Amino acid sequence: MSLDFKFAPDDFGGFFRDETFRDTFTYRNSDPRRFPFPFDRDDYMYSVNMEPHVPGRKGTAFEHTFDVDEHYVAEMIDRAKVLAEDPLRCQSLPHMTLAGWDTLELIMETKARDYPQWFSLTKDGNRWHWVNRPLGIEQSFTFLDESTLPYPPFEYIMRQTQGDWTLQDERDGTLWMDAGIATSQADWSVDFDVGMNFMEWHAPVPLAHEKGVFERALKFLLKLQHGAPVRRFNWTMTVNPLLDTAPETYPKWGPTKTTITQENMGKKQHLRVELQSLYRLPRSNAIAFDIRCYLCSFEQIAEVPKWARRLHRVIRDLPVELATYKGFIRNRDAMVEWLSKYDDGTPTSPGWFPDD
Amino acid sequence: MKVDLTPIDAPSIKSRPVYAPLEARPGKLHVIVADCAGADAVTDMLAKANNRSEILGSAHVMYCPGPTGTDLSAKLEGLGAAQFFRAPTIPALLPRLVRVLSDAHMGTQFYLAGTESLIGQAEREIMGTGFPFASIQKEHRGSTLRRVQCVHCKGITENVATDPFKCSHCGLNLFVRDHYSRRMAAFQGVNIDAEDPGQVPESVVRFK
Repeated sequence: MSLDFKFAPDDFGGFFRDETFRDTFTYRNSDPRRFPFPFDRDDYMYSVNMEPHVPGRKGTAFEHTFDVDEHYVAEMIDRAKVLAEDPLRCQSLPHMTLAGWDTLELIMETKARDYPQWFSLTKDGNRWHWVNRPLGIEQSFTFLDESTLPYPPFEYIMRQTQGDWTLQDERDGTLWMDAGIATSQADWSVDFDVGMNFMEWHAPVPLAHEKGVFERALKFLLKLQHGAPVRRFNWTMTVNPLLDTAPETYPKWGPTKTTITQENMGKKQHLRVELQSLYRLPRSNAIAFDIRCYLCSFEQIAEVPKWARRLHRVIRDLPVELATYKGFIRNRDAMVEWLSKYDDGTPTSPGWFPDD
Repeated sequence: MKVDLTPIDAPSIKSRPVYAPLEARPGKLHVIVADCAGADAVTDMLAKANNRSEILGSAHVMYCPGPTGTDLSAKLEGLGAAQFFRAPTIPALLPRLVRVLSDAHMGTQFYLAGTESLIGQAEREIMGTGFPFASIQKEHRGSTLRRVQCVHCKGITENVATDPFKCSHCGLNLFVRDHYSRRMAAFQGVNIDAEDPGQVPESVVRFK
């Protein structure tokens, strides 16, 4: 058994873009104003910045719990390619199967509720029927019976879900990353990190440990309740709309950082935003962590005057340590030079959203 | 529900597993696994124990020399443990540990001492059988040579002394990241010249 996508670009009124995140890099945003721009002021400071993950403004990435956007189908095709090249990108330790079912249920129920035109879920006791129209998938299965799905439950639903995900088991007063999938990650390895506890997988993050950041974040997360998800932003920079910036393949994509010029900056340099959300799962008591990646080229950010002005100021004033940790110190000055053309010095309004 | 955390303003790396001196604990079976100078950690622990003869009467001691040749097997053999085994290397020691684990019951105490490579690999076998984390004590002694997994090709290079070093499997120049996986029993190695091929800083001896 496998999961064959049946996708025709003209379906659904052409809503789902036929685009690539590799080789030809045809990815772009039809409307950059939909991009979740992560800076609500003209400077950036590191923080946990958690807030309730509740539905937000219509027509934005926050409208629904899980944002299914125009990149959905292309991202799932890219994920299938990454998993074919490297199956170690999706791993689940044996005791995490129940958490995988919990995750499958959360995603299927939520998407069927929020996007009835694309997804449907019907239940007759434990006999479930799932329809994913954008990917052309129809599946009858028995909930909690692994033998009735073509993949284990976590991998099955992850092959139909945008974002990298990890599942955290809770025991001994901490969280253990005992399952995960990463095909759109900012340079961390699922294969290396699976099985680690909260402090261990954050070990490489500079200085935050000494300041007690992770103790406080862990305390906060251990109190996370079912039905009350939270979210936060993270961000970095990526050359080309490359989703899969994995450490495994760093020797392949690392050299692209040396190709940036003032001429190609607008098209090649992308702001990479992670919209991270966390969910307590009902049966396993595990915590699901969704790291959803959004990319926007500098050129498209420049279409939103407020964002271009603000991004210029944020990147210009960012502490050198952060630019280094985020991996773009090499091109920081060039970015500031390019962005400065879009900053006339006028003030920006508070908050994330564009002015118009 | 907004939690603002302290800004980061300087680089630093929080690194490795934390080790504490071994201490004798009550148990039905005492599995003692050591290499290199870890033998001294075991004898120090026993010297402080008030139930020394009780421990030795139900102890299974496994030992192998360290990566730099340190061999203190005579010291451990002379303790008079119920069972003593000397292996030439860690890979030769592990099958016996696996066999012992298949019979071990809850209430078993584990004492691991010596190199991080020995501690990590023994701990991985023990945790794989489901023994609670809390029943495993670890004390690092002797060689600091590291076992490093290449994040690119996944091959493990044993006894890494210098940083950067060449992966013994794929040949990439790797720097040793202070990031440790107990599941792999290894540190992480990352290509150092990916962005500027050929520009490799001079290797320095960091682990001995």
